[in-house]
Amino acid sequence: MSLLHLAIISPLILAIFIPFVHKAFPKIHTGWFLLPLPILLFVYFLSFLSEAVKGQATMETLSWIPSLGINFTARVDSLGLLFALLITGIGALVVLYSIYYLSKEKEKLNQFYVYLLLFMGAMLGVVLSDNLIVLYAFWELTSFSSFLLIGYWNHRERSRYGAQKSMLITVFGGLAMLGGILLLYLMTGTFSISESIESAEMIVTHELFTAALICFLLGAFTKSAQFPFHIWLPDAMEAPTPVSAYLHSATMVKAGIYLVARLTPIFAFSGLWIWLVAGIGIITLFWGSFSAVRHTDLKGILAYSTISQLGLIMSLLGVGAAALHYPSIDAGFYTAAVTAAVFHLLNHATFKGSLFMMVGIVDHETGTRDIRNLGGLMTIMPITFTIAVIGAFSMAGLPPFNGFLSKEMFFTGMLRAQEIGFFNMDTFGVIFPVLAWIASVFTFIYSMIIVFKTFTGKFQPEKLEVKPHEAPVGMLISPVILVSLVVLIGLFPNTVAPLIKGVMGSILPQLIQDGMEFDVHIYHWHGFDSPELWMTIGVVIIGVLLYKYLAKWTGIYTRMPERFSFNAAYDNGLAMIQKGSRTFTNAYMTNSIRTYLMYIFGFFIFILGTTMVVKNAFTLDTANVAEIRAFEVVLVAIIAIGSISTLFAKSRMTSIILLGSVGYSVSLFYAIFRAPDLALTQLVIETVSVALFLLAFYHLPKVNRNEEKRTFKIGNALISVGVGGLVTLIALSAHSSKAFDSISQYYVENTYKKAGGENMVNVILVDFRGFDTLFEITVLGIAALGIFSLIKLRLTRGKEQ
Amino acid sequence: MKTNNLILQTATKVIVFIILLFSVYMFFAGHYEPGGGFIGGLMASGAIVLLLIAYDIKTVRKILPFDFKKVIAIGLLFSAGTSAGALFFDKPLLTHWFTYIHPPLLGKMSLHTAVLFDTGVFLVVVGVTMTIIQTIGESE
Repeated sequence: MSLLHLAIISPLILAIFIPFVHKAFPKIHTGWFLLPLPILLFVYFLSFLSEAVKGQATMETLSWIPSLGINFTARVDSLGLLFALLITGIGALVVLYSIYYLSKEKEKLNQFYVYLLLFMGAMLGVVLSDNLIVLYAFWELTSFSSFLLIGYWNHRERSRYGAQKSMLITVFGGLAMLGGILLLYLMTGTFSISESIESAEMIVTHELFTAALICFLLGAFTKSAQFPFHIWLPDAMEAPTPVSAYLHSATMVKAGIYLVARLTPIFAFSGLWIWLVAGIGIITLFWGSFSAVRHTDLKGILAYSTISQLGLIMSLLGVGAAALHYPSIDAGFYTAAVTAAVFHLLNHATFKGSLFMMVGIVDHETGTRDIRNLGGLMTIMPITFTIAVIGAFSMAGLPPFNGFLSKEMFFTGMLRAQEIGFFNMDTFGVIFPVLAWIASVFTFIYSMIIVFKTFTGKFQPEKLEVKPHEAPVGMLISPVILVSLVVLIGLFPNTVAPLIKGVMGSILPQLIQDGMEFDVHIYHWHGFDSPELWMTIGVVIIGVLLYKYLAKWTGIYTRMPERFSFNAAYDNGLAMIQKGSRTFTNAYMTNSIRTYLMYIFGFFIFILGTTMVVKNAFTLDTANVAEIRAFEVVLVAIIAIGSISTLFAKSRMTSIILLGSVGYSVSLFYAIFRAPDLALTQLVIETVSVALFLLAFYHLPKVNRNEEKRTFKIGNALISVGVGGLVTLIALSAHSSKAFDSISQYYVENTYKKAGGENMVNVILVDFRGFDTLFEITVLGIAALGIFSLIKLRLTRGKEQ
Repeated sequence: MKTNNLILQTATKVIVFIILLFSVYMFFAGHYEPGGGFIGGLMASGAIVLLLIAYDIKTVRKILPFDFKKVIAIGLLFSAGTSAGALFFDKPLLTHWFTYIHPPLLGKMSLHTAVLFDTGVFLVVVGVTMTIIQTIGESE
């Protein structure tokens, strides 16, 4: 295990200790124990920077299940590194912020920080894994930790609703992605991303290609809240604000973007990829910014704004992928779109993170986030106001902040989209700049709403729960650092150019042969004749006009009926699924274990019987049969008598004891056939299960079996005879057929040599087939917990009634 | 109704220890003779079941004040931990390691990580059996 692996899982390891630390030092805010880790990790990952920007990737492999091609391969290239730096850098700021945001007296800090660390480790795993299966495992872990964090205030109904919604949607996407991974494996024969890239041009004509592409995009779009899966993100805002700033704007929702960027070299040779990524992205951009204006909750506005900004980056990646269709960098000028995407990714993390923290401060210090109740806070909270102005103006695309630069580059990318000469782009491509411009107008409007509705206008102290005042210094540090970055990157954008170059090399590796590199130079001034400048000026003029007459036109939002919204579709769909499955389940669940056993054994006969008949597998070979000895006959007779008398026993107690005698006789059989392990196990199992039966005895229904009408049930009789007969036939056929060589010789040879043991049965259990045992005991544990909760649940419910 | 279990209770006091010791023997013998974590665990739970039959659930709870659900968890941690431990030495999951030592008086002894894995199995089996029996027994 290398240092790199240790760094990736270090948050998960720290998570184990957090509950103990929390208990041991109740006086100190648990966050302080966390804070050093992301800072250390940030510094550690910075040490990769000089290598990564040169296009060199650091690889470390840890064998996990090598026989299946599943290894924990950590790969640090520029793309992964950019995300790792975002995760740890913003992570450190968010932890610092949360120390002042969450009170150590009232909140369950141990849980909060365990979830947060789970997320941090999972997210690092996603962006630094080269193996798709490992990536998938971490991917789902981010969904789970996000679920736990959204539902952190689980006494609130809205929190639970939001948590469930995000879980259902993102896990659905995750499963689709797993399907995509397997399909890709079928085509390339490897789970490694870097190896798949090499066969990218070969698989584009494969019949599974389109299916794999759509599966992967479902995963990316659900995670990054792209239209129409965006509906979970606004409800995720029920999470504490540090979580919203961290997961739902800066990092987790960008996992989808990461996936698209990472897979661009594999899938971008298809027109479908370009159309879907760019098209869905631009629709999301428009719909998100359009919907943001209608909201009055500051976090609601930011949620929709995040959706739209994610769409923006997504559409840029889609358009930029067109560059791969040209032989070299010089021929295609679409790489500009990828430059813009990477640059905006970084910028969005800085300004949106600071805006979320700003909203958290406003919420914390005034008790509300509703802009109808807020206003005039400018003089009371001057620092927070400054943060808001810088963050929001950057988001609106105003100079001199970094958002202005990436917004202009975004316009450039979109204008060039219509010049792509294939996949019908020349016909429909004009949609892109038009939608981009309209969306930017709305972005401008909601940015202004955030600043001016909160901080200017009439101060309404009567509507606030607490008397507002400026936030404590500790809470201001993190957003101030972020807005300083907004300004610094805005003024000196070319300091980040080497990193952007490196990341572009990861996204479009096919374009950089023989030591060439991308030309990244970010300009503030494009000249009077550039259309981008005039688009920005247009956005500002129209935006100011529309903001001024906001009340005149916002009526259009109320014209859209609620019941046609995507949220309504989700709610109704969920209700229908629940109703449908309940009806279906009630149709066959009779609450009688006898019926269930009939289902189980009926299916057992059906599936085994048909297989045996179809495969023509019934054989009987008496050549290898030993002589039958007298005491074996006696034992069989005892077993037969025991089983048959169980049927006719007058009381349950007798049945249980008779059944036990059958079990003990079977264990004698094992002893005769020299299987002492089996005999022992059977003996003890029989003892314990008889005891269990006796315990459960009290709980069996009160019906006295003697009074029950003993009707001969032909169906049950057929099923029991069928099971017995079939098992006998299969046992005989298994003994008679010699389709495979026995594996026992392998065990005989290797038990001592390879595993250092002499008892073959046990060595198989703990070593050769240890995986089976591991899962079996896991299943056992789950079963015990299931029984426990079922019975306890029934007991508490009984008390309530 | 209180039945007189004097003989059973007196015998149990002795027998339980014999069974428990035997289960520990079974557990350690597992790698070379019949036995192992599964049988050992079952036998240990058999001993506790005997206690349950001779006395009652409350007494047993007093004698063994464990939360058996936690025993399951600890057992799973043992097994999963041993399996994953191999990763720290750049070996595939579930690779075991063993060696032989020769301490004075005791003769040849073997050390095997499989014992740790089997400890997990032992604990899970005891935990599962006792969780089920206690839960059902208590719900009367």
